[in-house]
Order: sequence, then structure tokens, then C-alpha cells
Amino acid sequence: MSGLDARLVVDRPGFHLDLALTAAPGETVALLGPNGAGKTTALRALAGLVATRGGHVRVDGAELGAVPSDRRRIGMVFQDYLLFPHLSAVDNVAFGPRCRGVRRAAARREAADWLERVGLAGYAAARPRALSGGQAQRVALARALAVRPGLLLLDEPLAALDAHTRLEVRATLRRHLAGFAGAAVLVTHDPVDALALADRIVVVEDGRSVQEGAPAEVARRPRTPYVARLVGLNLHRARADGRAVTLGDRPLPGMATSLRGEVFLAFSPSSVRLDRSAPGGPPGPRWRATIDAVESRGDRVRVLLGGASGPFAHAVAAEVTAAAVAELGLAEGGEVWAAVIGEHAQVYPA
Amino acid sequence: MKRILGSVVAVLALFSTAAACGDSGDDARGGSARTLTVFAAASLTETFTALGKTFEASHDGVQVRFNFGGSSTLAQQIDQGAPADVFAAASPATMKTVTDAGGAAGEPRVFARNRLVIAVPKDDPGKVGDLDDLARSGLKVVLCAEQVPCGAAAKTALAEGGVKVTPVSREQDVKAVLTKVRLGEADAGLVYRTDVQASGGQVKGIAFPEAAKAINDYPIAALAKAPQSGLAKEFVELILSAQGRGTLTRAGFEQP
Amino acid sequence: MTRTARRAARTPDRPLGRAPWVLVAPALTGLAFLVLPLLGLLVRAPWSTLGTRLLEPAVLEALRLSLTTATLATALSLLLGVPLAWLLARVPFPGARLVRALVTVPLVLPPVVGGVALLLVLGRRGLAGRWLDLWFGITLPFTTAGVVLAATFVAMPFLVISVEGALRAADPRYEEAAATLGADRWTVFRRVTLPLVAPGVAAGAVLCWARALGEFGATITFAGNFPGRTQTMPLAVYLALETDPQAAIVLSLVLLAVSVLVLVLLRDRWVGAG
Repeated sequence: MSGLDARLVVDRPGFHLDLALTAAPGETVALLGPNGAGKTTALRALAGLVATRGGHVRVDGAELGAVPSDRRRIGMVFQDYLLFPHLSAVDNVAFGPRCRGVRRAAARREAADWLERVGLAGYAAARPRALSGGQAQRVALARALAVRPGLLLLDEPLAALDAHTRLEVRATLRRHLAGFAGAAVLVTHDPVDALALADRIVVVEDGRSVQEGAPAEVARRPRTPYVARLVGLNLHRARADGRAVTLGDRPLPGMATSLRGEVFLAFSPSSVRLDRSAPGGPPGPRWRATIDAVESRGDRVRVLLGGASGPFAHAVAAEVTAAAVAELGLAEGGEVWAAVIGEHAQVYPA
Repeated sequence: MKRILGSVVAVLALFSTAAACGDSGDDARGGSARTLTVFAAASLTETFTALGKTFEASHDGVQVRFNFGGSSTLAQQIDQGAPADVFAAASPATMKTVTDAGGAAGEPRVFARNRLVIAVPKDDPGKVGDLDDLARSGLKVVLCAEQVPCGAAAKTALAEGGVKVTPVSREQDVKAVLTKVRLGEADAGLVYRTDVQASGGQVKGIAFPEAAKAINDYPIAALAKAPQSGLAKEFVELILSAQGRGTLTRAGFEQP
Repeated sequence: MTRTARRAARTPDRPLGRAPWVLVAPALTGLAFLVLPLLGLLVRAPWSTLGTRLLEPAVLEALRLSLTTATLATALSLLLGVPLAWLLARVPFPGARLVRALVTVPLVLPPVVGGVALLLVLGRRGLAGRWLDLWFGITLPFTTAGVVLAATFVAMPFLVISVEGALRAADPRYEEAAATLGADRWTVFRRVTLPLVAPGVAAGAVLCWARALGEFGATITFAGNFPGRTQTMPLAVYLALETDPQAAIVLSLVLLAVSVLVLVLLRDRWVGAG
């Protein structure tokens, strides 16, 4: 099989990683997960920088499990760039080709081309210290690509950048990933990066994969509270009997399904309506809820409804306009009627 | 190495002395435990330590403390006001620096003489027979530096024999010469007879007639500023007595 | 902005207040303790005869020998000590703690004992020296090479400790980045590690050189004392003290002046840059 085909098993005191990972040539796979989930460890295992206890790493059919890092022909981009501080930008980029036996002049020419491709033609002689974060990360990208790797590894490449620079570098990354013929693995804890850059997302929690799929699929149908929080959805477990969705022993009104057994129920905070009195309107579950928190989110306000007061086993987030907050007099500790617009909810097998 | 061992012993001795003082609180001869401090040339370490014990045995409540070292260093320390009672030097020249400064009480007296011998390793790889052999090319000879007494004596003896020696090293003291010979790094060296004797058979000594012209006199004197002037005189007497001479002779010294 | 200007700009507000006396008093006492003996040498120096004494061939010879051997010892220490420091800092192996302790042994060992130990191993009848003599006809005691070895023995630990500290402080992920770019360990060491710890290596080399320059005990024990071949400045000083303390002071001043000059120059050039 061409591209990446790996199973990574790493054991450390108090931590166990066991992750199967594939990426087709030209495909970018994002490892998305909370801090400490093992994403970076997985990436380092792919690079040969941590010892694996088992499994395999195959790139374009070649087994690399026992091959040291310097002979894996990979390109790696780090969160904090790790440009060699004593070398100029062009020499940083030329480092890889030089290690692979390209003569100095040729390596520099090649490196200058790469710098031009990431939009830094004028910075060849600059020392890393003189570069901004965004420039440094683009040099780092050029440096990783200059070795013409079969596998490109990106470890939180945007995490150290400020919001504005992030956009620019993300665009650069997107362009180069699109043009990259090999497999690429991106580690991130930012769903926006994953959604924008990846063809496929693997959600990693506690050292294993908990969900895998196309970005749109993951964003629409999260399977763990962590992913649900990331993509901003309310996620609840329920049962289905082929017709209705039930929570506990009560069927939820307004929700029909042909599924049977354990299901996930996901709905966005904006499909929760709040009202002073029991609202009418479209069918769906409605209940009287206590307000746990009210937080401003730009032009919207997020209202956290206390757990277990309605049909749901844990808290539900609702999103309303600032005007609605004033109108309804929403405040912590107060009570309000809540309703979920049933037709906006996703029901899928657990 | 020996020096370090020496200083370790000295420190231990100090501690045991202190301990003894603490213990003998009621042993007390009116709290008049006295300490005699003797500065003596390093080559006198073994003999003077033994004689110090003798002195303590015959003087109740007296401790004898030694400071052994290079004669010129000791002389400098005395000049700088070190609290010493007796000074025994390895050469009249160093004693002279003390007497010239008015540091001695009375004329120094020569109590022993030392003679140079050729020291060779036990197996004598250079097959050395006499002083002339030291001039042989390829033979590694070490001498004392001319600045120290054994070096000056060696220079005199070699000049007397008309022997031109190019040593591989001019060592800082006679013990260093002895070490190089004992370890076999040098094929021969000029040291004192007492040093060969004290080495316990680890080096062989070869006497040579020219040594008679380069005999080293050891003068001793009680010091003018001695805190224990009475004891100082008595100690000098002991060294000059038949018993003192006996001990020195057994160690290889000659009588003046 | 120059340093003075920056200081001037910072002084008025003095964000942390005055330096407390509890720290300043012992600091000044410490400084005095280190500097006063030097002052003593300067005061007692025979200034009137200084010029003629300095130009004596024996003095120049000892000085030349001291500078040469200290520099060679530093070069040898760099050649052996930097890899050793790398091994200690980067390659985990059983007994590393013990090895690290052993490296510092020459620091605590009286140099004279170090000299005896060298004789026992590298002397003409030493454990290894015997074979050197037998097979190659090389004997090290009483040679300039012996001086270099003795100085290396006592001075190399300073370099190793300094470089190991620099290596531990350096971010090892630069080395990982280099490995992913296809650099084998030797290339990583040469092109990444070494440039990263260069200030630490320079500082260690300077310390090492200074220690080698002042080396006495191991040198006189292992290499002996012969003018022009093994008599370095410290040995000349020691022997001059026996008969001519004034000459000893002159020699010490020369040693002092040369070392201070070199250290100040190096500091400005390498060490101070960081």
C-alpha cells in the first residue's frame, strides 16, 4: 500500500498509546485531541523519535519501524519552529539537502527556491532570531519540504502564532499541503485547524482513537463529549426503538428515527429556544430549567442550563441574542423554559 | 605521597593531642601543660619524631609539636614570626638567614651531617658503579634543583669529581628525587644516605668518594623568641646528647 | 543603544530598590579576599629591577613553555573532553553517575597525587607506559609532552563540566529536528550540537587553559623540572621562592599579567558575547 500505514504502540509509566493510522498519498490526516492524549507522542513515534513497543510504520510500502529518524525521509514541522539559531534561513532550509549529499551551492539554490515558494525570497540571509513567528514557521515548512519527504509531520504548527499570523500561515500550509504528493499527518488541538487543513480527522483521547472521519462528519456527529465541546454541539446518549428516541423511559417528543438501540443525540446551542412561559412552536422536548451560567460570545450569549433538570442527564448549552437575554431577564440562578427544535437534532448510532 | 601521609598523621596527632588535653583535666600539674614547638627539616622527620617521644617521656605534661618542611620555607616562617621554640635546619645557609635576623638564642650547633649517595632502583637497570657513570648518555639522572640544599651539595660533589651530568629533571626536594628513582622513572639520582636508609630497601645506595667534599651540616638552635625557652634549650641538649646521636646515627646520619 | 545609555535610562526608577547590605557586605569582603593578595604581590614587587629580571632568558623560556603547554593541554582537553561531555549528557548508559563522579576526581585529588598516579600508569615502568617504552621507545616523564599530559589531567574536568552543563541546558529537540532532516548523529553533533553549545565550550576552554597555566603539583611530579623542557612558570616560581623570593614575585606577576590579558581578550571576544 502506498502512503502511510502505521500502528503505533508506545508504553510509558502511566501512559499507553495504541493507535492505528493510515494516510493515502496526498491525503492530510489530522490528529485532534486534548493535551496529553498522545497526539504528539504518536507523531514522534512516526518520526522515530520515541521508541515503540510494537506495531509497524510503513511508508509507501517500506517498513520503517526499525529505521533511525535520519533515514526515514520524513519532513517534520514543530510548534516552536526549532530553526537552528546559528544558521541563516537559507542554510536552515539547505540543511536537509546537504545531509542527503547535495553540494553546498546546489543545496543553497534549492533552498532559495523553497524560500521563494513560501513567500520569503528576501529573507535568505536572515537569522531565525530576526524572523517573526509566522516567517519562522514558513521557513520551517520550507525546511521540512526541502528534503522531499514521503511523509510530512506537522506538530501543532500554528499553536505558537497569534491570531492574525495564524490565518496567513494556515493559508500557506493549506496551499503546500494541497500540492504535497505524500501523506501528511497534522497534530492539533484546534478544531478549526483540523477542519481547514485535513482531509480526514482522527480524534485521539487517552492514547487511542475515539472517532475518525471526514471533517464535516466529525463536526456534525461528534462521538465524545470532548469532540462535541470542540465543535460546539450538545451531545447526549439516548435509546431508539425504531420510531422514537427515548431518554430514560420517556420518549422525546418531536424526534423520530428508524434506528434501534443506543444512539447519540446532537444539537447545536442555537437550536435551543428559551422562553418565559412554556413555549409552543415546533415539536421537540421542552422543560423548565435553572440557569447555571450566562457568558457573552461575541454578538451571541451562551446560556448554560443546569444538568438533570429536564429530560437530559447533563447540562445543555443554549445560544441566544443579547436582546433575548435582556428581554427574558436571564441571570445565573434564574429559571426559564427551554425547548429543543427536534428537527435540528442529529440522531446517529452510538 | 609521603608528605600527604605526613600531614594526615600530623592532623590526627593534633586531634589526639586535643583529646588528651581534654581528658587530662584533673591529671593537671596546676594546669601547666606545656607545648614545645620544633621546626625541623623534612629529612629529620623519623629521627626527631622518635626523639620527641623520648623528650615527652622525660618531661611530664610536655607536648612536643613538630613542623617538618623544607628548611628555607621554615626559615621564612620563623622570620615572619611563627611561634617556634627550636629550629633544626638541613643547611647552615638557611640557619644563617635566621641568625642574621637575630632569631636564634645563642650560636647554632651542628648536630648531624649527611652525605650524598647515588640512589638507583633495586634492579639497577643502568648498571651504575660510580659518579662517572652518571655522565653516560642515555642514563636518566635526576638531581635536586640547585636552589635547595641537596642540589647545592650535588653540584659541589659533581664539580669535585669533574663529572658533567645533564639531568632529565631538577627536582624540588630530595624526596622527589627518591620517588623518581624508586618508581624506576630515573636510573639514578643523588640523595642523602639517610633517605636511602629510610626507604626500607626500595632503592639501593652507592657511596662515592667525592661525597666527602659535599657534606651537609645540620645546625640546630633554640630561638630568641621561643615561648618555652627553657624547654627549647633542654630539647637541643637532648639532640646533642649521646642518646640523640645514637638515634641519628642509626638513621644514617654522621657525627660532626 | 549602548550599555551605558540603557543603564542610565534604567537607574532612576530602580524597580527592585537598593542592593541590600546583607548581600553587598559579604560580596565586597569576598572580592577583597580575592584581590588583596594580588595587591600584596604588586606592593612587594621589586619594581626597580623588574625590567632586567623580566628579560632574563630563563624567565622568557619558562613563560614560553607555560603558554605552549597550557594551550596544547587545552587543545587536547577539547579533543577528548568535548566528546566525553557529550557522552555524559546525551547517551544514557549504566554507571553514568559513577563515571560523572570519576571525571571530577582530578578536581579533588591533590595534584601531586595526580602526578604520582600518572607516573604509575604512564611512567617508564607504569602499567601502560611500560609498553609505550617497549614498543615505541616513548617515555613521557621528563618531557614537554609529559607537562602537557599532567596539565590536561588536572584541567580537563573544568572543560568537561562546563560543556556538559551547556549540553544539558541546550534544547535536545534541535538535535531531533536535525535527525528528521536526515542528519546522522555525527552530523548532528558537528553542525547543530557544537554550534549551539559553543559559548559553553569557549568558557570551558578558557577555564581549562587558566587551570593548565597555573598547574604545579602534577607537573613537577610527573614531568619533573628542567629549564626549557619541563620547567613551567609555576615551577620556576616555586624554586625561586627557595632562594630568591623577589624573583618569585616577579615571575608570579608575569604569569598573572599574561593570564589576565588573555582571559580579558577572550572574554570580550567569545564568552561575553552570550
